[in-house]
Amino acid sequence: MTALLDPTNERTVQERQLSPRLPDLREGTVALLDISKPRGDVFIKRLEELFSRRGVSVKHYRKPTFSKPAPLDLRQQIAAECTAVVEALAD
Amino acid sequence: MSDQSTTSLPVTDGLLAVVKDDCETCHTVVPVLAELTVGDRPLAVVSQDRADFPPGFEVLHDRELDISWRLQTETTPTIYRIENGEVVDEEPGWLRSGWERVTRTPGLGAGLPDQRPGCGSDTMLPEVYERLMQRHSPHRISSRRVELGSSEDPVEAAFARGWTDGLPVTPPTEERVARMLGGTSRAPGEVVCVLPPDLAECTVEKVAINAVMAGCLPEYLPVVLAAVKAAATSRFNIHGISATTYFTGPVMVVNGPIRRRIGMNSGINALGQGNRANLTIGRAFNLVVRNVGGSRPGGVDRAALGSPGKLSFCFPEDEEGSPWESLSVERGFSPDDSTVTLFAGHGPIEIIDQKSRTPGSLARTFALQLRMVGHPKLVGMADAIVVVSPEHARVFREAGWSKTRLRQEIQSLLTLPGAEVAAGSDGVAEGMPPRVTAGSKSIPKFVPEGLWFVHAGGDAGMFSAIISGWIGGAASSQMTTVAINS
Repeated sequence: MTALLDPTNERTVQERQLSPRLPDLREGTVALLDISKPRGDVFIKRLEELFSRRGVSVKHYRKPTFSKPAPLDLRQQIAAECTAVVEALAD
Repeated sequence: MSDQSTTSLPVTDGLLAVVKDDCETCHTVVPVLAELTVGDRPLAVVSQDRADFPPGFEVLHDRELDISWRLQTETTPTIYRIENGEVVDEEPGWLRSGWERVTRTPGLGAGLPDQRPGCGSDTMLPEVYERLMQRHSPHRISSRRVELGSSEDPVEAAFARGWTDGLPVTPPTEERVARMLGGTSRAPGEVVCVLPPDLAECTVEKVAINAVMAGCLPEYLPVVLAAVKAAATSRFNIHGISATTYFTGPVMVVNGPIRRRIGMNSGINALGQGNRANLTIGRAFNLVVRNVGGSRPGGVDRAALGSPGKLSFCFPEDEEGSPWESLSVERGFSPDDSTVTLFAGHGPIEIIDQKSRTPGSLARTFALQLRMVGHPKLVGMADAIVVVSPEHARVFREAGWSKTRLRQEIQSLLTLPGAEVAAGSDGVAEGMPPRVTAGSKSIPKFVPEGLWFVHAGGDAGMFSAIISGWIGGAASSQMTTVAINS
């Protein structure tokens, strides 16, 4: 019988539960994370208008560069200061 | 890495002969073995292939070859003298004087020729050697063993499990992986790096498995190991390179003595097909990124189009024929160091110039073509490698132009007026935003440390090549050079 050695990292895929849905966005603060791509600011600005009209408070954050993952301290800061996050991915 | 001490020998003090039926010289020495069993001297006869050879002896059949492995027998027959459980003398094949010395018995084998060469020990057979090495190694391979069904084709099984880059792979059996691990002195379980995007621990063994699949020889493994380690750095940013919608992929340039030692091709068709080392080293690296790092097209890899170089893009520099110091020397290494340099790029894109015979003219051609890296109106963010062919290099050599001179010339030619590259200018929406082009300043096309020259290619053809980068600078990916260690 032939046996092959597994070339992968042998990690099993973990299924995670979604975080509980927020009953009302007005009870917390929504982070608007700009990943520093061109025109991300257009998207973020429009979202801010729509949130504000509905009485939702927002805070702005920005990744130093879109080409690398968000730094840990930025992620922790957002988690500490906000209850939800919207990330602008588009060009 | 082999450990022979786990098997004890059948005699503690005395003589031991390793023979096999499938060896003419072993048949020749049977009368000598008979002479040596006279009296009460302990002589153990160990046969590799048959329990009944030689006939008339009390034979110890070394069916699993563990005794032969313990003795590191390379030839049959071999006569050993054992004292306190250790070999103190040995003679391979048949040499009367040698056997007389080992056995301390004069006048052996009267009527036999003085000498006759032996045969290869069964322990040295391909596959067998690797199996024994693995069985006796203190560093056991620990990856999951995937048992295949008796009618399952191993090549198809690798496809079915998602392990390949779209081409067939060499099935990574334990024997092949053990042989591959012979290419490094590092232990299989040693962690090379924590590899993005999955941030998985990548061991020497995992790199070896993927190197087998790619078709590498064991001597290529140190290059792949070095490249994998370099890829995991924030400086190179393999996560971003994997995830980008852009064309980019890892490009590998190999410098130093290892290029010649493992037979890489820096000459005719250096960037193309046909050389095992060039192709399989690059392929192995990308398979590690896929299988251990977890970057797969449509998963983390979001490239809109990608490029064929994402299968393998690896070549050595022709240092010997170059008018300049090599890439690795320019990057701070000694010419005696073997290095691999990683660059986020794709291509090649052609530079044709069959008429320029002065460096100034040829530099202008380079600049014209380099302007289109990314887009002719995108500046201040580009990086690229220019692979300069021998016929183009000759023009610079004869005029005494250094790399620095050429780089400065091109940077100067490609420092472009803001108005020319502004978004919207010339009826093209793409271009630099107003905050960059404001005023009358000019902007250099390439980032500092963003324009590199490597010498390679066949002797004929006035063509060089651009390997176009991603986004130069610390915000994305920077060229990364590391030493290759055994």
